[in-house]
Amino acid sequence: MSTRLTTGGQRIDRSKPVTFTFNGTTLKGYEGDTLASALLANDRMMMGRSFKYHRPRGVVASGTEEPNALLGIGSGGRFEPNQRATMQEVFEGLEAQSQNHWPSLEFDIGEVNAKLSRFLPAGFYYKTFLWPRAFWKHVYEPFIRQSAGLGKAPKDRDADTYEHYYHFTDVLVIGGGLAGLTAALAAAKGGAKVTVLEQEAHWGGRAPVDDGAAEEVAALVAELEGMETVTLRLRCMGAGVYDHGYVLGYERLTDHLAVKSGPRHRLWRIRAAQVITATGAIERPLSFAGNDVPGVMLASAVRDYVVQFGVSVGDRTVVVTNNDDAYLTALALVGAGLSVPAILDARQGGGGALADQAKAKGIRVLTGHGIAKVQGRKRVTGVAVCKQVGEGAVTEEIACDAVAMSGGWSPVVHLWSHCGGKLIWDDAQATFRPDPNRPPTGADGAGFVSVAGAANGLLDLSDALPDAAQTGVMAASFVTGKAAGDIALTDRKPRGDRPIEPVWLMPASARRALRAKSWLDYQNDVKVTDVQLAAQEGFESVEHAKRYTTLGMATDQGKLSNINGLAILSGALDTPIPQVGTTTFRPPFTPISMGAIAGPARAEVFQPLRRSPIHAWHEAHGADWEPVGQWRRPYTYLRAGEDRQAAVAREINQTRNALGLLDASTLGKLIVKGPDAGKFMDMMYTNMMSTLKPGFCRYGLMCSENGFLMDDGVVARWDEDTFLCHTTTGGADRIHAHMEEWLQTEWWDWKVWVVNATEQYAQIAVVGPQARSVLETLGATGIGNDSFPFMTFQDHVLAGIRARVYRISFSGELSYEIAVPASRGLALWEALMQAGAEHGVMPYGTEGLHVMRAEKGFIMIGDETDGTVIPQDLGLGWAISKKKTDYIGKRAQERSDMTRPDRWKLVGLETLDGSVLPDGAYALAEGHNANGQRNVQGRVTSTYHSPTLGRGIAMGLVLNGPERMGETVQFNKVDGSSVAARIVNPVFYDKENSKNV
Amino acid sequence: MSDPVSALSGKVAEGPVRIEDLAPRAMITLRGKLSDPAVSGALTAVSGMSMPGQRGIAVEGETRLAWMGPDEALLILPRAGLDAALSGLTEKLGDAHALVADMSDARALFRLTGEDAALRDTIAKIAPVDMASFRTGEIRRTRLAQIAAAFWMPQAGTVELVCFRSVAQYAFDLLRQAAAGPRVF
Repeated sequence: MSTRLTTGGQRIDRSKPVTFTFNGTTLKGYEGDTLASALLANDRMMMGRSFKYHRPRGVVASGTEEPNALLGIGSGGRFEPNQRATMQEVFEGLEAQSQNHWPSLEFDIGEVNAKLSRFLPAGFYYKTFLWPRAFWKHVYEPFIRQSAGLGKAPKDRDADTYEHYYHFTDVLVIGGGLAGLTAALAAAKGGAKVTVLEQEAHWGGRAPVDDGAAEEVAALVAELEGMETVTLRLRCMGAGVYDHGYVLGYERLTDHLAVKSGPRHRLWRIRAAQVITATGAIERPLSFAGNDVPGVMLASAVRDYVVQFGVSVGDRTVVVTNNDDAYLTALALVGAGLSVPAILDARQGGGGALADQAKAKGIRVLTGHGIAKVQGRKRVTGVAVCKQVGEGAVTEEIACDAVAMSGGWSPVVHLWSHCGGKLIWDDAQATFRPDPNRPPTGADGAGFVSVAGAANGLLDLSDALPDAAQTGVMAASFVTGKAAGDIALTDRKPRGDRPIEPVWLMPASARRALRAKSWLDYQNDVKVTDVQLAAQEGFESVEHAKRYTTLGMATDQGKLSNINGLAILSGALDTPIPQVGTTTFRPPFTPISMGAIAGPARAEVFQPLRRSPIHAWHEAHGADWEPVGQWRRPYTYLRAGEDRQAAVAREINQTRNALGLLDASTLGKLIVKGPDAGKFMDMMYTNMMSTLKPGFCRYGLMCSENGFLMDDGVVARWDEDTFLCHTTTGGADRIHAHMEEWLQTEWWDWKVWVVNATEQYAQIAVVGPQARSVLETLGATGIGNDSFPFMTFQDHVLAGIRARVYRISFSGELSYEIAVPASRGLALWEALMQAGAEHGVMPYGTEGLHVMRAEKGFIMIGDETDGTVIPQDLGLGWAISKKKTDYIGKRAQERSDMTRPDRWKLVGLETLDGSVLPDGAYALAEGHNANGQRNVQGRVTSTYHSPTLGRGIAMGLVLNGPERMGETVQFNKVDGSSVAARIVNPVFYDKENSKNV
Repeated sequence: MSDPVSALSGKVAEGPVRIEDLAPRAMITLRGKLSDPAVSGALTAVSGMSMPGQRGIAVEGETRLAWMGPDEALLILPRAGLDAALSGLTEKLGDAHALVADMSDARALFRLTGEDAALRDTIAKIAPVDMASFRTGEIRRTRLAQIAAAFWMPQAGTVELVCFRSVAQYAFDLLRQAAAGPRVF
């Protein structure tokens, strides 16, 4: 049984009991408990089922590396799966559920998978399910989906909020153990601004348990807290280290609170000049048969539960080790009055000073021994002991209800490695540790990450702390450019350990039956035999073996299993461990919430919504919105009882017959000015723009360097030196950047300035036969067709507002686009609506705009163009200057592919039956291509129902189209049939331009 | 004649950090080499302030003169001074190569007031800027979550911030949300 002891527990407050539920049962714990310690206190050793074989699994660790005790926490909008019980603090009302079992944790049908384990070896996915092919979708996958997997995805909308914080610091220390705090103090005293992140809820790391250093930790923290330049954050994990000293910190603000208010997580986005990883070390399991039976734990975890939480994992604990550290566990257990029937030390020569202490306490120590097999299924009942050498002949059996194992310690090198820090193999300690000569480097080629304490492979505080202090001093000196002094340290003697002896398999020559029950990766159910099989099948690279076996690919990313797994691989390949190498360490260190990554971006600020100055009016008048980039533009304005099509038809008819208004404020407006502006414009546009006279407008095309049409719009020459370039709505920022790029990188000596004035102006198109009349009503004079001709602009005062009026038309109607300062856009719009009332004025939306331009055969960027179309394809040769020596795209348009005669070209299309062609439909040609697909000879680029003509109209690109006027071509439909359309002139309406007068 | 209206018509969010959409100001963008004495001289003549250096802003009463880049300045004045400033700049610049644009309506201008640390926290939650070391007299062109913005502190306890007019509502909502969150420092 695991139980709460009557005394002890550094972190719990016995005066503050809390209740929580586990699978619906109410249990008791204390404030300061983790969910894991509280469950153990309630004799809930079994906390989950394994991923593949559904084996009963108990908690194995006490910290962030926990692979087994993954639980669903919370409910409804606060439910989150796969949370480590060892990191979740209990609070009043906490709800926890175990995962991956059916129907219950105690009795799980999926356990049959374990019986089938011989048939589910590494790579079984790839081998078994190749054939027959149809079985994958209908048989295997549904079965695997049902049987494998951990937590279930939350179904409700997340009830919490999240935030980011941008933080800048000279020295960032990741890890608030004794080494991290010491390095921080040294750096702070050296004059650096210091930030320390600690993922746990308490400072000091292992020191309060292993070294009795609680007071020393408290004193250090107090001193750091007293310094203005130091920032300390608990429950804040260093998640990832990136280029240029960028580090993500993941702070859990409310996960431990019963009453939650404010953001749940805060993502710290930190820039640090120097990073010190003081991330400690993780104890390795030993690979012996049955090392996954609930009750088998890391020795440090067993110690933690007793010392930190006053929880005994069992009454009788067998300790098994290859190093001295596990003796601390035996001493702690005996000190708490529990019994340790034996310490099995795989080393022939046994341990050092701590071993002597254990022996002095009367604990039986068997050197050169290990575990042949753990007895028990859902709970340890005993161990079969064997010699470490040999195949596992049992020498005796010892009854016990817990096993504390230690295979040595692996420095947490993840954060060092994220940004390219390299590792070296330390043979003496049988571990990888950071190579100080190959740190992650910054832009200057110098290292920006250093490492302190156990993370540096220094497991004894007498080595670790002077090293940590020195690391802090160096980091401060690097930042300040001045030498920093040493800090005073408590005098410590070495612990007197005897060296570790690597044990990758217990016993060393274990027979297959034992190896097949020796787990490497608990979470993904990878055993010693799986890795050996991978090696046998030729997966020599550690990265390949990882993917074949799934070793280290679970949510814990192999924190316990990686080193043991690659040691087994190394043995199977007869290649030394350093040559086998490690898999790649990638951020985040442990999973972080999606909410933390999104930060504030949810609900109304999920994405910026751009609103024109007239947006609110549209909204109040039935706007049916259409997203255009980040803008919202009215697609149409719905009236009661109207559908979209009817509304669009009404708007178009009214505009063609009398008067319509369009909010064109979203169009890009770039001001280009300077003595070289004309020269610049000639390069930007295919047209000759330098000859445009002040006061006049010209429609222009812009191409990319590859000759493809990328934007269009009307250019107005404001004065001799100044042009206004209208761009498409989506093109405003892109074309501005395009212009700046050419000016800054190629033509840096040209005297041209550009300003993006898109948002300065509200722009309203006044369109229709009554357009002139309504302008006159608002005060414009002298605007007859002769005094204010097409493609010119004039300044007028309309409704008391200074306006620049462009006589341009995208509909074929008499049309003025009126630009006023954005702050008066709504006032002008309302004045136009009022003045136009006598003509039945109606606002029209983007669909009306599209249909009217299509009726006139005007192209639309994004419809007729798709990045592969050149102006010549669209019959726009008239807009390409033949006189100019150059413009962007000119040479590209002379490439053979651009000049080949069989490029598809723009034509109008009219269905014979008057129906609307499907958008994107292909013009069918005879026969099929090599892939068995129907040959095609063109495609539809724009297609609408024209209310003006009462029939479907379309534009498309067709092979030799302009030479095939009157010919009938078949277009495919989604239902497999086709529809006949005649090739016609793309100008469907008012070919004589009689209306724009 | 109608009065000019700001993007959010003077919307205010009360709280430990007060956020206010300010009434329209005159805002003039000048593109030109600020190292050219003719350019900086014209700005000084019209604003009465000397041109600040890199990432600097000069503040006096309601007037601000901001360095926006080696070849861009932003002049903010009371709205009534717009026409005079535009013509004054044009006249003083003479033949100097520069572009003067009235951008008074292109942007929304917010004022944030509150306790200094609360203001710094608010900005640090949404802009990648070292707010711990940000000082009066500095301007930062940066981003606010997903939009472009610039801000400065005319005095302790006040932040002024501009963004494009079309995203004023987003900026307001974002600032209000950040200001409502817990204090960090």
